[in-house]
Amino acid sequence: MLLIHCPYCEEGRPELEFRHAGEAHIARPENMAELSDEDFERFFFIRSNPKGIVYERWRHIHGCARFFNAARDTVSDRFLTTYKAGEPKPDLDGEGK
Amino acid sequence: MRKYSVFAIAREAMRGHKGWPEQWSSPEPKKSYDVIIVGAGGHGLGTAYYLAKEHGITNVAVLEKGWLGGGNTGRNTTIIRSNYLYDESAGIYDHSVKLWDGLSQDLNYNVMYSPRGVMMLAHNVHDVQVFKRHIHANRLNGVDNEWLTPEEAKAYCPPLNISREARYPVMGAALQRRGGTARHDAVAWGYARAAAARGVDIIQNCEVTDINRGPDGAVTGVETTRGTIGAKKVGVVAAGHSSVLMQMAGVQVPLESYPLQALVSEPVKPVFPCVVMSNTVHAYISQSDKGELVIGAGTDQYTSYSQTGGLHIIQHTLDAICEMFPIFTRMKMLRSWGGIVDVTPDRSPILAKTPVSGLYVNCGWGTGGFKATPGSAHVFAHTVARDEPHPVNAPFTLERFRNGRLIDEAAAAAVAH
Ligand SMILES: Cc1cc2nc3c(=O)[nH]c(=O)nc-3n(C[C@H](O)[C@H](O)[C@H](O)COP(=O)(O)OP(=O)(O)OC[C@H]3O[C@@H](n4cnc5c(N)ncnc54)[C@H](O)[C@@H]3O)c2cc1C
Ligand SMILES: [Zn+2]
Repeated sequence: MLLIHCPYCEEGRPELEFRHAGEAHIARPENMAELSDEDFERFFFIRSNPKGIVYERWRHIHGCARFFNAARDTVSDRFLTTYKAGEPKPDLDGEGK
Repeated sequence: MRKYSVFAIAREAMRGHKGWPEQWSSPEPKKSYDVIIVGAGGHGLGTAYYLAKEHGITNVAVLEKGWLGGGNTGRNTTIIRSNYLYDESAGIYDHSVKLWDGLSQDLNYNVMYSPRGVMMLAHNVHDVQVFKRHIHANRLNGVDNEWLTPEEAKAYCPPLNISREARYPVMGAALQRRGGTARHDAVAWGYARAAAARGVDIIQNCEVTDINRGPDGAVTGVETTRGTIGAKKVGVVAAGHSSVLMQMAGVQVPLESYPLQALVSEPVKPVFPCVVMSNTVHAYISQSDKGELVIGAGTDQYTSYSQTGGLHIIQHTLDAICEMFPIFTRMKMLRSWGGIVDVTPDRSPILAKTPVSGLYVNCGWGTGGFKATPGSAHVFAHTVARDEPHPVNAPFTLERFRNGRLIDEAAAAAVAH
């Protein structure tokens, strides 16, 4: 069971209050109809799936119901930070482990 | 390889069992091989075996970062069945079920394949409709699968609770009688022993850390924790770590890795005659020959390489098990563990050539690839040996996520499966 800090509620709560919502910082293309098959594949199917720091979206469904982002180490499952949707991806090179 | 037989057992019994030779040797890696297989799970070891047996390619090494069979092969709940919806899936899973039958003889190793029947429970109108559709599709593909009423399901599996009062009452079931279980470790060990007997080097404690490519981009070998090893061809069969390995060759794959857990109870006398699965409430259960109930749980919601999952996932499964089988409510659970499963967007595997010359991949088996071990290994060996897919795995390309020819078992099952 993960403990997750919601950056809106500013409280740490058990994972049961949250729903994982996939990899973060994947922008939906605005020109979807013109996208090549290759670009569509990259946007829709390819995920980085790192062994290390993953940037991912969570939703506090049993709390404020808002989406936010997190950086987590997928080897230890430790959260490095959580931040509000729309904020830039934090630079965490060299951290974790 | 000394053949195992009743005579060998009798002879060794007289000698105090001191004369059994080691099942496979642990050689030092050579400078180079014709083929390197990364990952000594059932699929990787089986691939090496069929490369040697069916294609005469014996200058082969299987490299394993831990111990052989220590990945998902040794962590799964061993359910075997082939009643998948689409023609492509029925083709590959049934190819496998046919090979399970006779595998012990072929390997001279008892893999304890037990076709005791796999019963999949329907708990709502949607399940009933989906399963009946599966049954018809399966029969058109020559795959056995039949519909049971709740009473027939209970006759087949007496501990089953078919009360209408249940939170998720049983509305019927689909039964594949040729489905069942096998002994997971024995599958890895049997393939390892038979492959080693044909000249394959099995090298454990040897992690692949990079994939080397020549000026033309083609594979030239791998870097490992035991040095550089050359190879004309490399087959990646690394389950949950497939993304990591493919990244080493610059190939992006549509995979995400999730923890999946299983647990076993204390051993009890035989009470559970078959395998029961419920995708709707996420419960998978059978009884091992040792007497333990073997229970599979669901995946966690987040990606991870930690090989552990949340306790609430297990509890959720046990809630369902207790309601379906009230006889087990006071059973003690002994231990639980997790594996890392590589999941594709359409929940079908990838067994294919890659954009890199000499690099092949067998991945994406996710939560359900143990059943496919012999079939997958057999057609993947063909793909590596001939540099072209076998007709059975030809649809399971990497390009299908670009050209749209998905094999969408995810949508067909409407749940993880
Ligand atoms: C809890 C659980 C229950 C399951 N239940 C079922 C079931 O009932 N029925 C079913 O059909 N399937 C089931 N599965 C799925 C099934 O276990 C897998 O699909 C199948 O075993 C995969 O086999 P494999 O040989 O491809 O992978 P593995 O057995 O995982 O082998 C891959 C190997 O690659 C090695 N490796 C990884 N990276 C490297 C590297 N860099 N260098 C060298 N070696 C490396 C790993 O150590 C590992 O040994 C279950 C899985 C789990 C986790
Ligand atoms: Zn919140």
